[in-house]
Amino acid sequence: MDIIVCIKQVPDTTEVKINPETNTLVREGVPSIINPFDENAIEAALQLREKHGGKVTVITMGPPQAAEALRMAIAMGADDAILISDRAFAGSDTWATSYTLAQTIKKLGKFDLILCGKQAIDGDTAQVGPGIAEWLGIPQVTFAVKLEINGQKARVERLLEEVNELVECPLPAVITVVKQMNEPRLPSLKGLMRAKKMEIKTFTAADIEADTKNIGLNGSPTSVVKIFSPPPRGGGEILTGEAEEIVNKLIEKLKERKII
Amino acid sequence: MSIKILLDKCTGCTLCVKACPFGAISMVDRPKDAPGKGKKVAVIDLNTCTLCGACVPACKFEAIELKKELGGVDLDLSHYHGVWVFAEQREGKIQPVAYELLTEGKKLASDLKTELAAVLCGDEPLEEEIDHLFAYGADKVYFAVHPELKHYHTGPYTCALTELIAKYKPEVFLLGATTIGRDLAARLAIRVGAGLTADCTGLAIDPEKKILLQTRPAFGGNIMATIQTLRHRPQMATVRPKVFRKAKVQNPKSKNDGNLIKFRPVFSEEDLLVRILEIVKDETVKVNLADAEIIVSGGRGLGEAKNFKLIEELAAVLGGAVGASRATVDAGWISAHHQVGQTGKTVCPKLYIACGISGKIQHLAGMQSSETIVAINKDPDAPIFKVAHYGIVGDLFEYVPLLTKKLKELKA
Repeated sequence: MDIIVCIKQVPDTTEVKINPETNTLVREGVPSIINPFDENAIEAALQLREKHGGKVTVITMGPPQAAEALRMAIAMGADDAILISDRAFAGSDTWATSYTLAQTIKKLGKFDLILCGKQAIDGDTAQVGPGIAEWLGIPQVTFAVKLEINGQKARVERLLEEVNELVECPLPAVITVVKQMNEPRLPSLKGLMRAKKMEIKTFTAADIEADTKNIGLNGSPTSVVKIFSPPPRGGGEILTGEAEEIVNKLIEKLKERKII
Repeated sequence: MSIKILLDKCTGCTLCVKACPFGAISMVDRPKDAPGKGKKVAVIDLNTCTLCGACVPACKFEAIELKKELGGVDLDLSHYHGVWVFAEQREGKIQPVAYELLTEGKKLASDLKTELAAVLCGDEPLEEEIDHLFAYGADKVYFAVHPELKHYHTGPYTCALTELIAKYKPEVFLLGATTIGRDLAARLAIRVGAGLTADCTGLAIDPEKKILLQTRPAFGGNIMATIQTLRHRPQMATVRPKVFRKAKVQNPKSKNDGNLIKFRPVFSEEDLLVRILEIVKDETVKVNLADAEIIVSGGRGLGEAKNFKLIEELAAVLGGAVGASRATVDAGWISAHHQVGQTGKTVCPKLYIACGISGKIQHLAGMQSSETIVAINKDPDAPIFKVAHYGIVGDLFEYVPLLTKKLKELKA
């Protein structure tokens, strides 16, 4: 079974801090990581390979340094990795990104399953997975928490607001996974050695025969008008006194606000 | 497509360095033969720059030039009219977010001097629900009706909406950022060639260009970005539930007076490939977070799974729902349906009580618009106190049971 996992290198937003004086992002020392949901997608792919055999190929679109994320995926156990990198891709929104990834997947040819994280933690759109499915004209199943493959069919449990939904879907398909699906493995020593030596293939816009109308800033329907820091929030009232007194104060406040 | 610094205009003021969300701009010594004044000039690292354009308005000297070559799509935008709202239904009930969006959509439609329409996919009978859509301000209701649309499936919903959009050409299309809305919008936008912005927290019409300005958080809520769709239509956006407040019923007597447009789509085999086999209910969800007026949430401070009982007891006496931080869900203390925050749910109740939650930015992103926030935490420096209206610096094991007890006495 041929599985393609689409990943993204992102700044670790849990490490992002705000400089309280300038109210801007402090970027120094913020590490780049594989988007956490994509690690779950890699883990899911590796588990499927262990069960059904086959090959796991990891692809990413990004600047040259995104190769590091691919090396990490190789260290976890992926078989092959492709970096899609070209200045022509800069400024891509989810339209252009999903087009570029789908075009690369078409170029690779054979695949049974495409896995993605449900969303990236920097942009949080959750739009690229379904976008890839649409460009390829194959079904999508989003927010997967459990996944089983039987022949050419996938049985997927989706994590929705209040319930889970069990669906059946023919392959090939795009499936996006949530955090609760699995616990991503750590890279093995052998994997790290392999990742270090491995030559990462790079595809340019020409290599994937991309239509320039659909890539980069020019190919993106949406564009950024401005970026700004959210207004800082001042703290409220800290209630003080003995425990009983504090709780009584709180109840009074809630009564004043007509909540209770 | 290119970006460059105009050396003769750059003064080395560093405003652009601060504006760049990607750290792609730095200052270097001005080359000896370069025009302009000042010791330093800005340089852009093209490997890091994403051409987002944030630096362009930040520069007071018009020294940054971002050229976007116009090519490709050439739509006649004058053919696109009207603001549409996706009337998401589950089990035949229109979801609250649809009414919230109709309220917001009404303002946008009035700014654009156009009409507001609701778009419903489902199977009959839905007459009563359709009356509600008119009552909440829809001038028109488009109703795609088919047994395959009774429950949400990506394929048939995308197909039906594609046909409606192609025929009636809306300029703006808003959907709730629910699991259904996000799954659908992402697929539909590619099929119809629309621009799509996820999880907007602010919508407005640019008074001159008459286009939709869509503001949304990025980087886990650390920065805000305003996005536009210039030359594609419709301009699509998803909005999280409870970001906008639903208005009171606008026209209580308003009924379908000929403005209901029914449409029966025809599906191909490809549209119907994914089948629902079973709905797995979660017995621990007693009150739905998204609809709850009061939420009591527990975090890592609870220490272990069984202590969620304290949270449940307080929630029960308040008639509220149980929420949880991501740490507790990741630890397996409680199911993911309870998770509040960036990767869980955005909530906006009247009262949110955070117990033993430090308040990482990802959690705050999901609850900070609650009307009243109470935080109980041992650490006086916990970020949760920055957003709390009332803070208690102390042990949740002391305060939560005490609060439960006092509230019980009050009730009795």
